[in-house]
Amino acid sequence: MNRIKALEAQSLRDDLPAFQVGDNVKVSYKVVEGTRERVQIFQGVIIRRHGAGARETFTVRKISFAVGVERTFPVHSPKIMNVEIVSRGKVRRAKLYFLRDKIGKAARLKEKRF
Amino acid sequence: MAKTILGTKIGMSQVWSDDDRLIPVTVIEAGPCVISQLKTAKRDGYEAIQLAYGDIKPKKVNRPMKGHFAKAKVDPKRYIAEARLTEGETFKIGQEIKVDIFEPGVLVDVIGTSKGKGFAGVMKRHNFHGGPGGHGSHFHRAPGSIGMCATPSRVHKGMKLPGHMGSETVTVKNLEVIKVDPEQNLLVVKGAVPGGKGGLLVIRAR
Repeated sequence: MNRIKALEAQSLRDDLPAFQVGDNVKVSYKVVEGTRERVQIFQGVIIRRHGAGARETFTVRKISFAVGVERTFPVHSPKIMNVEIVSRGKVRRAKLYFLRDKIGKAARLKEKRF
Repeated sequence: MAKTILGTKIGMSQVWSDDDRLIPVTVIEAGPCVISQLKTAKRDGYEAIQLAYGDIKPKKVNRPMKGHFAKAKVDPKRYIAEARLTEGETFKIGQEIKVDIFEPGVLVDVIGTSKGKGFAGVMKRHNFHGGPGGHGSHFHRAPGSIGMCATPSRVHKGMKLPGHMGSETVTVKNLEVIKVDPEQNLLVVKGAVPGGKGGLLVIRAR
């Protein structure tokens, strides 16, 4: 197991800020369209972090045109240009799946000072 | 054909490719192997090398194997396997074979023993569909009809029925080598290989 960890350690990134579940983040993600490259921004609340090592992922949820959209990114993806923490939410659990059932004002999280 | 090495499955992981895609990989501890015997066409009828791999306590080596390794003047190893030679390849007894015989990008075959599943039914063993779960159905996971009536009044050979599944030799072909680490004897191949962690594998260049 340690040898896998050592192998994965080579591809881990430590340049991103320490984001947590409940944070409202702006993820800048590199998108390749044919030959062109551009940066797409996905802003929303992190509702889960899953896995460990090089396989760790996080899921961002946002409401787009009244439809909930969730997108999962690998934490250590080279395609992530930046993760900007807009605000930190005050949360008491690791997975915020309850947000899926809430609409509008009820789907807000209390902000934590940081 | 002699580009063959023995190894142990360590586990699976993911790595990023050059174009930033995640690829599933298996990490294998491969080698170092020593050549413990040369098979020659003159004496054995075919040309091959015998590879020995894996540490073993000297106490656990039985007498015939001890003699065999003493003859080749190599330390006793846990596993041995043969690799056939093609014309014009020369090896010496005692020669060490390390993982650097492979390089990233080449395709390899990996041979191992699959995980044992015990006595398995037809749904697991042969991917039968099974019956409905409910609505008064009493037919769930059974194989159903296995043949006709008075003709042929027997079951055809090779009928897919429940039985022992797994623990058999499986070859996975055309796995791409992603990474080679000769210092740590690590070989990283794309995709899955047979067996559980710690299982013996034979890795062979195509």
